[in-house]
Amino acid sequence: MRWPADTRALRALIRDPMGLMGLILVALFILMAVAAPLLAPYDPLALDVRAKLQSPSLAHWLGTDQLGRDTLSRIIYGARTALTIALTAIALAGSIGILLGLIAGYGPRWLDAALVLIFDALNSLPMMMFALAIITVLGPGTGTLILVVVLVSIPGYARLIRAQTLSLRSADFIVAEQAIGASTPRILMHHLLPNVIGPLCIVLSMDIPVVIMLEAGLSYLNLGVKPPTPSWGNILYDGYTAIRTSSTLVIAAGAPLVLATLGFTFLGEGLRDALDPRFATARPR
Amino acid sequence: MLTYAIKRVALAALILFVVMLAMYGMVFLVPGDPASVALGPRATPALKAMLTERMGLDQPVAVQIWRFFANAAQGDLGIDVWSKRPVLDQILEAFPQTLLLGLVALSWALTLGITLGVLAVVYRGTFIDRALGLVSVSFISVPSFVIAIYLLLIFAVWLQWLPAIGAGKAGDIPSQIKALILPSIAVGIGWVGYLARMVRASMLEIMAANHIRTARAFGLPERKVVTRYALRLAIVPTISVIAVGLGSILSSAVFVETVFSRPGIGTLITGAVFKRNYPVVMGTVLVTTAFYLLVITAADLLIAKLDPRVRDALAR
Repeated sequence: MRWPADTRALRALIRDPMGLMGLILVALFILMAVAAPLLAPYDPLALDVRAKLQSPSLAHWLGTDQLGRDTLSRIIYGARTALTIALTAIALAGSIGILLGLIAGYGPRWLDAALVLIFDALNSLPMMMFALAIITVLGPGTGTLILVVVLVSIPGYARLIRAQTLSLRSADFIVAEQAIGASTPRILMHHLLPNVIGPLCIVLSMDIPVVIMLEAGLSYLNLGVKPPTPSWGNILYDGYTAIRTSSTLVIAAGAPLVLATLGFTFLGEGLRDALDPRFATARPR
Repeated sequence: MLTYAIKRVALAALILFVVMLAMYGMVFLVPGDPASVALGPRATPALKAMLTERMGLDQPVAVQIWRFFANAAQGDLGIDVWSKRPVLDQILEAFPQTLLLGLVALSWALTLGITLGVLAVVYRGTFIDRALGLVSVSFISVPSFVIAIYLLLIFAVWLQWLPAIGAGKAGDIPSQIKALILPSIAVGIGWVGYLARMVRASMLEIMAANHIRTARAFGLPERKVVTRYALRLAIVPTISVIAVGLGSILSSAVFVETVFSRPGIGTLITGAVFKRNYPVVMGTVLVTTAFYLLVITAADLLIAKLDPRVRDALAR
């Protein structure tokens, strides 16, 4: 029944040049991540020290790094690393955020106050400092990286869900459910959740580029994904250390980061404009 | 207003306390004691015992936590176990550098961002408006460390116009300014886009207000309407945005300082993270969080004072 509306949104998205560009970039990025083994011309970990730091050629379209690994293959597999981490972290943070938000919004007042204080405390930390503190304690690695993203994102998601829950908890249909003796978990999961999850989904999708950026940034500092696993961040670091001898590597490593973040942002903006008529009319024609 | 101020400050202090307690708790949750983790494979029993004692880890947890807070309140953040220098000295050396970078970045970003935002409003609906919109979104979304590295490649490695590393020679102001150009562009560029969008959005909202229509009806020139009557109001919300954005400026400073090997909070803390240098990490996080809380609390109070609507809401 929702289909006509959805195709209308999709058509609006494609008509908007920015949205279309975002859609294409994100599609390419996902294709790269999913089909990495088919697309990559070489094994991203295969060393060939005799062919180190080569310029682009027919054999290596984007050249090679210090250990002679094919840059193009590493970038393609890097998309897989970035997407896996971003999706895992966002899904985890989203689920925990929903749960805590529902509890805060529907539970007793004292619990709400305590949770809000914790959210505020987490929110008022400079994100990067907090991330570095956790990495100091737990040591760098993919698991720590995901934990950092989860901890940093939960407060925002939980607050959003809490606000929505608060505005719905005394709505007629919820009161009716309580009156016929529905259990609290049933009310939360079957009646509140479907009504509060929509706005969160938009926020979650717009946070994907933020996580990609954080993963790359921390991996660039050697505090994220551990080498030799290809990550755009540690490819960028390899390029940075070789910047005076060869600029190919650093340019090639930065480009996917720029394109992926631009793509996701354009798509997010386009989707918001297409889905929300208020924004659509506010836009200059 | 005074009650509001006291409440805000008390909340900030409480948050700072909770944060530090949580961080301290985390250190004890990790498997393995911090001393052997910090020493890594070099750990001999004697070395470990020495470090344990020096970090105060031989005391009961409660005593350690009490000591940390009691000392921190007196401005003593402990001794760096590696360099044997007081942590506070190192932070006080690094902090002004980061603050300078952040302020320079923010000031040029404010100037350009507000100008672009006003331009977009003046030419609203035209090609210029759409082009500025695209530029703003692009500036916001591209990571600062990628911009930093590309700037380094173009202006320091290829063109060799500006220095690639460091903060300039001590006492040599022109060299310090030169060393500040690229890093401040990298930190500020996202803010240009963000501020331009914000100013555009809040200006458009204000341009529809009654007092603007009145000003126009009186026949005031459009320029005067935009700058005198609309822009002044549009700037208020940017204060809180800038204050909250200080956190993101600190984050990009961490990356940008590392790229340009500039001394500052970013290079201090990343270096400490590698060595698992707990006192330096804890001290830096404490000081930056305190500073951040101070700024956002001050901004909230400033807005309450500036904006009569917020002030009235609080008085009720």
